[in-house]
Amino acid sequence: MLTVVGVSKRFGGITALQEVSLEVRAGEIYGLIGPNGAGKTTLFNCMTGLYGVSSGEILLAGERVHNQKPHRIVQRGFARTFQNIRLFANMSALDNVRVGRHVRTRAGVLGAVLRDRRTRAEEADNRRRAQALLDFVGLGNKARTLAGHLAYGEQRRLEIARALATEPRLLALDEPVAGMNPAERQQMRELFLRLRSQGLTLLLIEHDVKLVMGLCDRVAVLDYGRKIAEGSPSEVRQNPAVIAAYLGGDAA
Amino acid sequence: MLDLLRRPRTRSQARAALILLAVLLALLPFLTEAALGRSWVRVLDFALLYVILALGLNIVVGYAGLLDLGYVAFYALGAYLYAWLASPHFGLHLPFWAVLPLGAALAGVFGVLLGAPTLRLRGDYLAIVTLGFGEIIRIFMNNLNAPVNITNGPQGINLIDPVHVAGLSFGKTQQVLGLTLSSAHFYYYLFLAFTLATIFIAYRLQDSRIGRAWVAIREDEVAAAAMGIDTRNVKLLAFAMGALFGGLAGGLFAAFQGFISPESFNLWESILILCMIVLGGMGHIPGVILGALLLTVLPEALRYLGDWQRLVLGEVLVEPTDLRMLLFGAALVLMMIYRPEGLIPSRQRKREFHAEDGVLEQEQASLYDTRT
Repeated sequence: MLTVVGVSKRFGGITALQEVSLEVRAGEIYGLIGPNGAGKTTLFNCMTGLYGVSSGEILLAGERVHNQKPHRIVQRGFARTFQNIRLFANMSALDNVRVGRHVRTRAGVLGAVLRDRRTRAEEADNRRRAQALLDFVGLGNKARTLAGHLAYGEQRRLEIARALATEPRLLALDEPVAGMNPAERQQMRELFLRLRSQGLTLLLIEHDVKLVMGLCDRVAVLDYGRKIAEGSPSEVRQNPAVIAAYLGGDAA
Repeated sequence: MLDLLRRPRTRSQARAALILLAVLLALLPFLTEAALGRSWVRVLDFALLYVILALGLNIVVGYAGLLDLGYVAFYALGAYLYAWLASPHFGLHLPFWAVLPLGAALAGVFGVLLGAPTLRLRGDYLAIVTLGFGEIIRIFMNNLNAPVNITNGPQGINLIDPVHVAGLSFGKTQQVLGLTLSSAHFYYYLFLAFTLATIFIAYRLQDSRIGRAWVAIREDEVAAAAMGIDTRNVKLLAFAMGALFGGLAGGLFAAFQGFISPESFNLWESILILCMIVLGGMGHIPGVILGALLLTVLPEALRYLGDWQRLVLGEVLVEPTDLRMLLFGAALVLMMIYRPEGLIPSRQRKREFHAEDGVLEQEQASLYDTRT
């Protein structure tokens, strides 16, 4: 589904990513873990077009997506959420999701002004799908609430609904359970499993090792911008390099 | 009555309010002429023109959040195109229905031309560049009289054709259906039609896929891009749509005045239009309309201060024009202190300004607690 080949990213003299390669297979939940500052979010931003790559390439289902505009990548079926929630705070929950439908709808200025039959049908369909997505993530009764007024956990779920509205094949989640309590984490876990059962591939950045280990099919570990391990959760857990990265020094 | 329009309790009440409003708008020039004299009908015309301008700029500034200080350039382009195609200057006399769309289209194209290099700029930087653009157009108009006389320089272009509809010239006073209609009356109805169309389009755009994309960009450009919005094209579209209305208003202005010169399109005009939006409530159509009406009618009303001084004090102590600027400035300062979201803000805008008030107060309270 997603192939990253030898991607490096330099900011001036700082190398944030060095020759990172990994492969996310269709239908799996792939975890990306690593200590703070390991380059996980940088890799995410490279994948989703917010950053260009310094070298290497990223392929989504065989098509080149590195150094492309973010909206092109979304169009190809790769959506994401943000670590520090980035909702449109002063829009209603429903409108947030409707914005996510932008890339799958077509109405332009003429359609907006004339409101012809096609535009009306598209808007109605858009509204219906957005509401269905809110129901799916459990925010069905909050459609009219402003995104900024939702509780923290609800905002996280709204971000997922908004990303789902773009009809992705691959959904990348940047620390989706950060700051959540155990009950909310459990809810999110169930949500991820439901998404996978619908055929979606998930890419997960997460600090919560327990969640990652219990949920992911395969895991890659980043440290100082390099991939130091990849494999099933149990393999990775026993990898000496990973233990050293997490516990520091020569603990291995 | 505004209140009735905003909160119609029943359908029939809403319809009654609408009919009342329509009758009022239809009779307004006659009522105004009877009460205040013909010069005030002209003020009405200008008020409508500024409503169109303010609603156009509101697309750029209010919806998409792009601070444009050179908006008057599009107004100028529309006006000059009208003058070129319908005056003795080039000997062309095309009808208004052909020239107005051309002017709007030309302005729209320039909107994209201005937008393209400024896409990466935000906030203050964007404001400076657009301000420069506005001045460039004005200075071009001021100097393009040699070697080839295109704009007739600072003298401006005179004898611009008035609007003709069905053999009726809007330029002079005529009898229609037993009513004596002055030029100002004719243009009032023409401008009213365009204003209503502009309001309609502004509402339709606001509640559309494009409108939501504009607001999303204003709220968080990175998130908007990551949600699949082509921020470049959508921003350019905002510039073009805004400019379109500027160009349209420019054409109407040229036909109405019969004379244009670069003087009419200085920076002050851009700022005035922006003030209308800020005063009324950025991004909210009724607010923007109110802002435009207030800022055209109030300065005119303040002219009477001179007469009043002569009457009461026997002499003019303070020039009304000076006083107008002073009061205008004071009003804006007061607005920024007491109602930064505008007179009739959208609920959304109001929240943007006041959502954190409670928190802020608490934070400040605790801040002062620790200080003492």
